[in-house]
Amino acid sequence: MSDTPHLATGDRETPTIEPPEPVGGLDDATSRREIHDVWVAGTEEQEWVRAATDEGAQEMLPEAQDAAATIQRGTAVDDDYIGEGGADEDQRQILNMGPQHPSTHGVLRLHLEIEGETIRRVKPIIGYLHTGMEKTAETLSYMQGATNVTRMDYLSPFHNELAYSLAVEQLLDVEIPTRAQAIRILMTELNRVASHLLWVATQGMDIGAVSMMLFGWQDRETCLEFFEKVTGLRMNHNYIRPGGVAADLHDGWEDDIEDLLVRVSAGIDRDEAILNKNPIFLDRTRGIGVITPEECRQYGVSGPIARGSGIAHDLRKVFPYSGIEQYDFDVPVGKHGDVLDRYLVRIEEMRQSLRIVEQILNTMPAGDFRTDDRKVTPPPRQRIDESMEALIHHFKLFTEGFRVPAGEAYQGVESPRGHLGVYIVSQGGARPWRLHVRAPSFAAVQAMPVMMTDLLVADLVATLASADPVLGDVDR
Amino acid sequence: MSEEQSTTEETTTEGVEDAGSDRVMPTDENLAALACEFASAEFEVFEATGASWDIVTVSSDDYHGLVAAAHAAGYTLFIDLCAVDYLRRTPRFDVVVHIESISAGKRLRIKIGVPASDPSVASISDVFAGANFFEREAYDLMGITFTDHPDMTRILLPDEWEGHPLRKDASVGSVPVQFKASYKAP
Repeated sequence: MSDTPHLATGDRETPTIEPPEPVGGLDDATSRREIHDVWVAGTEEQEWVRAATDEGAQEMLPEAQDAAATIQRGTAVDDDYIGEGGADEDQRQILNMGPQHPSTHGVLRLHLEIEGETIRRVKPIIGYLHTGMEKTAETLSYMQGATNVTRMDYLSPFHNELAYSLAVEQLLDVEIPTRAQAIRILMTELNRVASHLLWVATQGMDIGAVSMMLFGWQDRETCLEFFEKVTGLRMNHNYIRPGGVAADLHDGWEDDIEDLLVRVSAGIDRDEAILNKNPIFLDRTRGIGVITPEECRQYGVSGPIARGSGIAHDLRKVFPYSGIEQYDFDVPVGKHGDVLDRYLVRIEEMRQSLRIVEQILNTMPAGDFRTDDRKVTPPPRQRIDESMEALIHHFKLFTEGFRVPAGEAYQGVESPRGHLGVYIVSQGGARPWRLHVRAPSFAAVQAMPVMMTDLLVADLVATLASADPVLGDVDR
Repeated sequence: MSEEQSTTEETTTEGVEDAGSDRVMPTDENLAALACEFASAEFEVFEATGASWDIVTVSSDDYHGLVAAAHAAGYTLFIDLCAVDYLRRTPRFDVVVHIESISAGKRLRIKIGVPASDPSVASISDVFAGANFFEREAYDLMGITFTDHPDMTRILLPDEWEGHPLRKDASVGSVPVQFKASYKAP
């Protein structure tokens, strides 16, 4: 390990955040300009230390062999981890990690083949939380569907609802009022902050910074209080629905957001002050769990993991949705593809999300919070008292649901974990014929052998946490 | 199915000779060569909020080759693979693949019809390593086998599970649940 922390706050050129230039094609030359590389200074290109081989196992390149972890084997337990390495397969042992292991973030089971302390083979085994949500979705009307998808990735419920609603609206071809769009972006970006705060908390705790657990949850609570005020629930909101959102923002939401911005920004500053120069944290995250850009593309890994590896790709820039293209924000991109870069990418993403929230606070358009297309939206309460037809309409809408024209739609949104996609096939009925969710955590879990092979077991915990898998999202 | 294919081939040969044929060409020019190479490939355009990309329907024989060619044409980012059961349609199943070209800023949806009598297609996990889990999921829930897949086993359900629950003929509630007193055997 070199002495200079390659991405610590002190070395970072912070005043680099400028309004991005207009979005064009995303080839490499232009993406460097408009998708902003936050940590340019003081980091020369580092060679990828590992190359991909079969079965996701990785080999050290010859020059990196010396730096590789030395192996402690069998009963000869040395405190300074000296071993011979290269033991044959007979001397490997199988270790089952999970599904009840606390640091697997749910019910992920990892089947490890270890040689002393070093992992030689990883096999993720999933399905312990499979609840057949894609099948359930086929039995729910489009109106009810949002209650189902919101439970998949339970740390970013708004993103699930948004992807689902946008896909349904694609088929319906309804116009969503600008206020509803702005509210959607407000809630999803705050959700990104809440999700990343929880991630900082658990990542910190998993590698020994237990105080992070308290700080992270405390700030997340600030976001959840706002969610509760708006939607009535702390999670699984069913707030973003096809046609708009369930209810308008409450009176005085501006004050709540202003307060939240101050408190959460201060919280992020404090988290960075604790972690960024902490030598233990840096040692345990730098150069750990490396995944190369090519492996990210191959495995469909997206979001902060891919951006930590240097792929300048964010669906909010590439395929903008819900009017997010009108807000200024930058996309942080790392260089080394290790746990530390993922941490820094997430921290910067939180700041950028707060920046979007601040812009929405200043530019929130007036208007309706859901479409006035009566095919999707029930009639207003007063009309139901006055008109029999309105009552029938309301009743039909909530019992039978609305019909959606036949066709297929795919909508991807940038969830805190990456590319969350919803693929809907409609055959003209009131229920989806098929609903498939492309879960970002599913792809991340698949790529875990790539990140984890040849690591020490203790580093596996750091790597696992850095991938931020949500098992509700993986298993659905 | 074979009749459809032969007619498509005819239109393609015409298309090469005559530029004024009515065959839809892909919006991404990187895929134009690919459209000529694979006779069974039928392109259409997907329009969505602020974005448009190509949809290609291809026969299962050409599927693997087309995916490999699309990968070579810049579509290197794997997004998604899933299966759809249309029940009364022939062919009964669709396998739907989404891939993306970062340099062109475009997505491509590839659809393959899979017959109910022999629900199997080639695995693309040698082109996209990430297709591995998604193909296992499609096998597990929809019962489509992917030939030459390195590990064609169930992924979400227990190994001893019978049937494929996402198929339309697998009804909800057909498996007894212990704590449901109201359950009645079919």
